[in-house]
Amino acid sequence: MTATIDLDVREGVDRETVETVQNMGSYKYGWDTEIEMDYAPKGLNEDIVRLISQKNEEPQWMLEWRLEAFRRWQTMTEPKWAMLNYPVIDYQDQYYYARPKSMEVKPKSLDEVDPKLLATYEKLGIPLKEQMILAGVEGAEDAPAEGRRVAVDAVFDSVSVGTTFKDELAKAGVIFCSISEAIREHPELVKKYLGSVVPQSDNFFATLNSAVFSDGSFVYVPKGVTCPMELSTYFRINAENTGQFERTLIIADQGSYVSYLEGCTAPKRDTNQLHAAVVEIVILQDAEVKYSTVQNWFPGDEEGRGGIYNFVTKRADCREARAKVMWTQVETGSAITWKYPSCILRGDESQGEFYSIAIANNMQQADTGTKMIHLGRNTRSRIVSKGISAGRAQNTYRGLVSMHPRAANSRNYTQCDSLLIGDKCGAHTVPYIEVKNTSSRVEHEATTSKVDDDQLFYCRSRGMDEEEAVALVVNGFCREVLQALPMEFAMEAQSLVAISLEGSVG
Amino acid sequence: MADLAVRTKDQTPSIEGAPKPAGALDARLAALNLPQGGFAAARQDAAARLREMGLPGPRDEYWRYTDPRRFNAPAPAALPIPQADETPLFDGLDKLTLVFVDGAFDKAASDDLALQGVEIATLAQADAGKGWAGDLYGVLEARGQKPVKRPFAALNTAYARDGLLIRVTATPAKPIHVVHRRGTTDADAMWHHVIRIERGAELTLLETGMSGARSNSVIEVDVAEGGTFHHVASKRAADPRVGIGHIFARVAAQAQFKSFALSVNGTTMRNETVIDIAGDDAVAHVAAAVLGDGERAPFHHDDTVFITHGAERCESRQVFKKVLKNGATGVFQGKILVRPGAQKTDGYQISQALLLDERSQFLAKPELEIYADDVKCSHGSTTGAIDDEALFYLRSRGVPRERAIVFLVLSFLADALAEVEDDGIRDRIYERLDVWLTLNAVQ
Repeated sequence: MTATIDLDVREGVDRETVETVQNMGSYKYGWDTEIEMDYAPKGLNEDIVRLISQKNEEPQWMLEWRLEAFRRWQTMTEPKWAMLNYPVIDYQDQYYYARPKSMEVKPKSLDEVDPKLLATYEKLGIPLKEQMILAGVEGAEDAPAEGRRVAVDAVFDSVSVGTTFKDELAKAGVIFCSISEAIREHPELVKKYLGSVVPQSDNFFATLNSAVFSDGSFVYVPKGVTCPMELSTYFRINAENTGQFERTLIIADQGSYVSYLEGCTAPKRDTNQLHAAVVEIVILQDAEVKYSTVQNWFPGDEEGRGGIYNFVTKRADCREARAKVMWTQVETGSAITWKYPSCILRGDESQGEFYSIAIANNMQQADTGTKMIHLGRNTRSRIVSKGISAGRAQNTYRGLVSMHPRAANSRNYTQCDSLLIGDKCGAHTVPYIEVKNTSSRVEHEATTSKVDDDQLFYCRSRGMDEEEAVALVVNGFCREVLQALPMEFAMEAQSLVAISLEGSVG
Repeated sequence: MADLAVRTKDQTPSIEGAPKPAGALDARLAALNLPQGGFAAARQDAAARLREMGLPGPRDEYWRYTDPRRFNAPAPAALPIPQADETPLFDGLDKLTLVFVDGAFDKAASDDLALQGVEIATLAQADAGKGWAGDLYGVLEARGQKPVKRPFAALNTAYARDGLLIRVTATPAKPIHVVHRRGTTDADAMWHHVIRIERGAELTLLETGMSGARSNSVIEVDVAEGGTFHHVASKRAADPRVGIGHIFARVAAQAQFKSFALSVNGTTMRNETVIDIAGDDAVAHVAAAVLGDGERAPFHHDDTVFITHGAERCESRQVFKKVLKNGATGVFQGKILVRPGAQKTDGYQISQALLLDERSQFLAKPELEIYADDVKCSHGSTTGAIDDEALFYLRSRGVPRERAIVFLVLSFLADALAEVEDDGIRDRIYERLDVWLTLNAVQ
């Protein structure tokens, strides 16, 4: 696998470093779990949609909703405007539902979950056993917890394996469960909000998701409640040729606050796998949601074989006054990334923020950015995007800032910077700026540069080697975004930045 | 993407014999005849290109912010010809004046076509198409059709009846000034200039005035090594007219291309500038200052720029400033493409709008597409209103409000005007802007 890539190396980088990088295979989550799976038949038709609905024991209205989406999807065509190059996806050559056999009968608690599954998450460093988080104190749920705790919903292929800290969250009134459970147990909330931010017919991939989403997370934070701990979903694609279509719905009622983390990995495989998720966030008056993602799907190997095709629709609706949302994303994985977490700033004085680091190395292609739709008065938004391209990767920032006539006195500040490492990669910026009132102020800045020689020289003269120096400079370049992440995510992200780029040509 | 500019002669259908395309293009072509005379092959190629592309529709991404249907209409609406109410902008300057009426050269009104170091001919001349211009006419336009289609430019190459063929072999003592005038109320003016700046030569081209009730222009400029081309255009329309202008430039090593356009009012104006920086150490600057008042007629002004860096150590600058009021719309679509290997590129782009009232809008899409790592590219875009603090400062120094606003607008436009190389020409533009802004008295 060490086919030499014909790479033009800059002065000052030794061959060895380059070769190390080329042989690195730094994706450490590439193993798979051997586990017996139940699959729905390959392909996509109304029967598959019915089957998914039936497996999730869904009510009739949900099935109707899915079928409506499916019929709509059949009339739609895949969008081609992104700067992405990938072979035609055969939507009939995929499994749309895969579930570990042991999950056939829903486990009542985590203790009943197949140890193999739990081991998978343990290996990924995701603690599902609550006692592990509670520093080994058995049955100490009522005891005051030490340190930071995170409640986790773990999604394995098409189903949610388990959700931790449910009871404790329930005491605060917070509902945190899988979306399939929410459909059964909180139909009134799901009915009211599902599809209210990303409608069934929103776009090709979101419509596909609406028809076939199998699981995902559901969060409801009631009025005035500050969620007592961070919530997190961990997505793992394991089965081969299987698409993952999760759907996340977060509702922050008036005056509430929640911080939500999302992580994802997949095994190394030679074939591409499809991932088309939808995240909807509804934020009511004075509420605030922080949504942080570290996306580390398998990016494919250095020749561009395999990897996840990641087509994601994420949108937050600041529906009422002074609602606030903050998207932070670290995109290091996936062969193809098509993702534009957006903010609809409908409520007066609502705020949207978007912080992004997108790293594309080897043959990866990323087309990502955000939309800030200012509808309410005195709304504020801020975009900080850092794109890093290395190897033969293509990295595009695509964004929209729209100030509607009614959005008087609104502000936007956008900064998107691109860094190129090596002369075979590309960095592109495609912002759309639409200002339809005069009292608003919109500022957009973009720069493209390479790793600064002076900075490298300075680091090297202080005794750092080339790799450390590049990692330091790149981490500095991403600083503003890393700072926006919750603590433990920031640590993970920082080391991911270094791993994704390790030595890749100063 | 389909290959849009295939230039094989035997594939070229004659306009009369070929099956008519449906819809807008059909209607548009019905009113036109391919001119006889020079450049027959190039015109037929362009007609074939146009046929293949068709006319743009409102869903075309490249026409996202400007509805192309105004340009698609078979004929323009008739417009009364306004009386000239002021002295021409460059009066008194030593220059060679060439007059076009509705896009056709007016020999009687023009100076003699004699200028030391310059060969000047017109497109309509019987022997046009022979010699240097024959190798250039339609060539840069055809190259500029990729990666984005520009059907109106192909339409122009095929059907333009007149224009200038200018070859500069040395540096002439004075600039050439093209004056556009209107002749009939419903003229659909189309003209096409071809300019070749030979090695080390220099030319300044001034353009003022308006031709036709609707216009479509193409300027192809080929600047050879070490050559310099300066273009200063000023267009002020008092009437609701529609116009599209194109500049296609190729800039060779160590050559310089600078273009500045001042636009005041009009209805739907689109200026496309396509620059191919082909040689090392070359420089290309494009700038515009736009004043749009939608009071008498809806104002919509679109600047679309596409600069390709294909060589090392080149510099490009785009400076666009728009002042908009009474529901005026300003559009800027700018792109810097840096090809693999175009190292040490320095690309800069700024688009700014000053919105003077609640109904005006600015729509921008400033793009970068970069395939080389050792480059410095940046773009900025801002939109906002007059700075109250600056206004307060001036008023506290005793400057009346209206005068203060004129000051602030002029200072907002200054960066764009700074792109005009010649001090004398720039001063004249400032003076004229001051008069226009004062007469129009912004509230």
